[in-house]
Amino acid sequence: MSEQVQHAGHDHPEPGFFLKYCWSTDHKMIAMQYLFTGMAMAMIGGFLAYVFRMQQGFPNHYVPGFGLVTPGRYNEVVTMHGTIMIFWVAMPVLIAAFGNYLIPLMIGCDDMAFPRINRLSYQIFLLSAIVLLGSFLVKGGAFGGAWTAYPPLSASGAYNLTPIGATLWLLAVALEFVAFLLGGINFTVTVMNSRAPGMKMFDIPILIWMIVLATVIFMASAGPLIAGAVMLLFDQTMATGFYDPVRGGDPLLWQHLFWFFGHPEVYVVLLPAMGIVAEIIAVFARKKLFGYKSMLYSTWGVGILSFVVWAHHQFVAGIDPRMANVFTVTTLLISIPVAELVFLYIATLYGGSIRLDTPMLWALGFLAEFLIGGVTGIFLGSSGTDIYLHDTYFLIAHFHYTFVPIAIISVFAGITFWYPKMFGRMMNETLGKIHFWGTVIPFNVIFIPLFMTGMAGDQRRIYSYAQFAEQSRPALQHLRTTSTIGLLVMLSFQLIFIFNFFWSMRNGKRAEANPWRSTTLEWTVPSPPPHGNFAELPTVYRGPYEYGLPGRADDYWPQNAPN
Amino acid sequence: MDFGEVTEAVMYERYITAASTYAHSIDHLFLLIAALVGFWLIVAEVVLFALVFKFREKEGQSTRYITGEEKELHRWITIPHMLVILCDIVIIVPAILVWYNIKQAQPPADRTVRVYAQQWAWSFQEPGPDGKLDTDDDVRTVGELHVTVNTTYHFELMSRDVVHSFAIPSFRLKQDALPGRTITGWFRPNRVGTYDIQCTQMCGLGHALMAGRVIVETQQDHAAWLMRNSNPSLAAQPAAPAPAPESTTMAEVRR
Repeated sequence: MSEQVQHAGHDHPEPGFFLKYCWSTDHKMIAMQYLFTGMAMAMIGGFLAYVFRMQQGFPNHYVPGFGLVTPGRYNEVVTMHGTIMIFWVAMPVLIAAFGNYLIPLMIGCDDMAFPRINRLSYQIFLLSAIVLLGSFLVKGGAFGGAWTAYPPLSASGAYNLTPIGATLWLLAVALEFVAFLLGGINFTVTVMNSRAPGMKMFDIPILIWMIVLATVIFMASAGPLIAGAVMLLFDQTMATGFYDPVRGGDPLLWQHLFWFFGHPEVYVVLLPAMGIVAEIIAVFARKKLFGYKSMLYSTWGVGILSFVVWAHHQFVAGIDPRMANVFTVTTLLISIPVAELVFLYIATLYGGSIRLDTPMLWALGFLAEFLIGGVTGIFLGSSGTDIYLHDTYFLIAHFHYTFVPIAIISVFAGITFWYPKMFGRMMNETLGKIHFWGTVIPFNVIFIPLFMTGMAGDQRRIYSYAQFAEQSRPALQHLRTTSTIGLLVMLSFQLIFIFNFFWSMRNGKRAEANPWRSTTLEWTVPSPPPHGNFAELPTVYRGPYEYGLPGRADDYWPQNAPN
Repeated sequence: MDFGEVTEAVMYERYITAASTYAHSIDHLFLLIAALVGFWLIVAEVVLFALVFKFREKEGQSTRYITGEEKELHRWITIPHMLVILCDIVIIVPAILVWYNIKQAQPPADRTVRVYAQQWAWSFQEPGPDGKLDTDDDVRTVGELHVTVNTTYHFELMSRDVVHSFAIPSFRLKQDALPGRTITGWFRPNRVGTYDIQCTQMCGLGHALMAGRVIVETQQDHAAWLMRNSNPSLAAQPAAPAPAPESTTMAEVRR
């Protein structure tokens, strides 16, 4: 492989295990490590979902593979599910894995701007994952104070009863943030400085733009939370009182710092997901993206607005009630650029020639499901209805209708789309389609009933409704059980994906360089790309979505083709 | 805007009673939003699926080259844009009105109660027959709040340890309790019955056990209950430094 590479300095012999897996600075190796770590964490997060859904669906029964779910264990499992799925699945897979893999390939350079920082970023990320998982094993168990970690509960072991777990949780999150700050700087610098000659700002594929914007949003919002986390750590371990009202602190301070990060975080993971979907829709509809520039400006709009909506998480938290009016307006305003993005995606389909291969199914599934997540957000963003729906299962169902499309559906779209590039083989289409329908249908079976239990008043993070007469009615329990069965079906269909993923690595049809007949630069190199990516650095002549141009023999016109 | 029986039949009021004066206003707002966003959701999904079916790959079909930046196509984006903004306004205005009436404008109180949240129980302090708080005839209860129907209550909400949230789904009432502050809110029950009080903010190991009940009674029943549980001879006297003879109705807080 390395003899084909003509770059001096990349021409070295096959490295040993340590150098290859623990010290490689190749962006593709690091991306694969992020991807596999993220997938392993997703399995753990999925198992945790299985545990607490079993307790919800079949209360106080023995859960196979886990045991009885006590209130303390329930809190742990719920907290860790949220933490893992957001920080250790969505972030590393969507931003770190796809970003690392695709940024150098799509902008036409040999590696990230700071390859060693990239390596350091993964090492720290791995450490953070180990710290988090290690917290399951300490005395008292893992942190059980919800993924939002509101003090004083999270600040004092006397309140949360998991003193070591709470500190480890905080350390793990802080480490993870260090990892992604390093990665974020790297991504932004690479895209701004290492683009192939001729690639102007509006020639950058929309996915790369969205990843860059996501990392910019992340870097701008993470600061307050890191400051807040340090204060919380001091409160936990050094008996300071930043969040303790008795000593002049204020528990609301944490909520502001947390959500000032926490809401932009939603868009940090949404944007790369929408980018993946945009790339796939353009390729499989054989269409230029409808309004590339409008899409870009809308994305900027989403990014900027995302910084002024955070207090909608705190309408009833005891903030000045007048604040809610301001944040209701800003929250509903964000529906405008997001709706515009969705309109543009749908408009791209018009006049196309749509092939429904597995990646396209996932991309369309993303749009269809994310729409539901988007519109149900209006109920919660409106202060009046939020009084009732806040912290109910309606909220749970809403954000899973956004986060499952983001962290699950778009990730499957991305994996099935770039799999030939990553591993040089095609995935099995039939298994892929079975897996698609076996995931998307049960997904709705899980969360539509939860909208209903939420409307009926089920509050979240409750291990048993036995104490609540209104919530213990059989009708509601049937809905919860239905939801759990949906989850069991959905989880079991993931085995098909895992099989397909590993089986195709060895037995799939060999992939050519450009199996989907796409225009962007990553498809001009062999599958899988060699170390150093491009035998000769490409020159870019045009934008990334030139499909179906009249008067050309081929229906696509690669970015690097001179004519 | 009164949907009356229609609301009862189609909305979640089938699952959860509406037992306070502002419950219906929240439910009507929900219905309004559901109608508007439901319309958009259906339109968007239908267009999405229709386009996928209409433009499936066929033999010899060529795609149309549309950049989306052509002048004549702008209206396809601007018109939906304007409609989205319009819908936003139609939602924002009633949302803020409902919020204002519930959380900002507080009607004058007929009675005031205190609500204490702690790990993992609700406790309440209610004025005795004299109608004043902090006198010796106050009634203190754990897990049970007794109120009179058609009476405007102010509550003063406090937490003794961590953040809790005082929620009565049947009243559509929810307010976080914060240590170190007293948060005042109001409700006016309008239907006799017993309703759940939930804690809706993660508060630790016993979060699921932090249940309470609010018992809405008629004027007579409530007066009788007050007489049974308070010491009327001490009415209207300032609280003595000595331990007050308080009576506590123990509800089953932690079964």
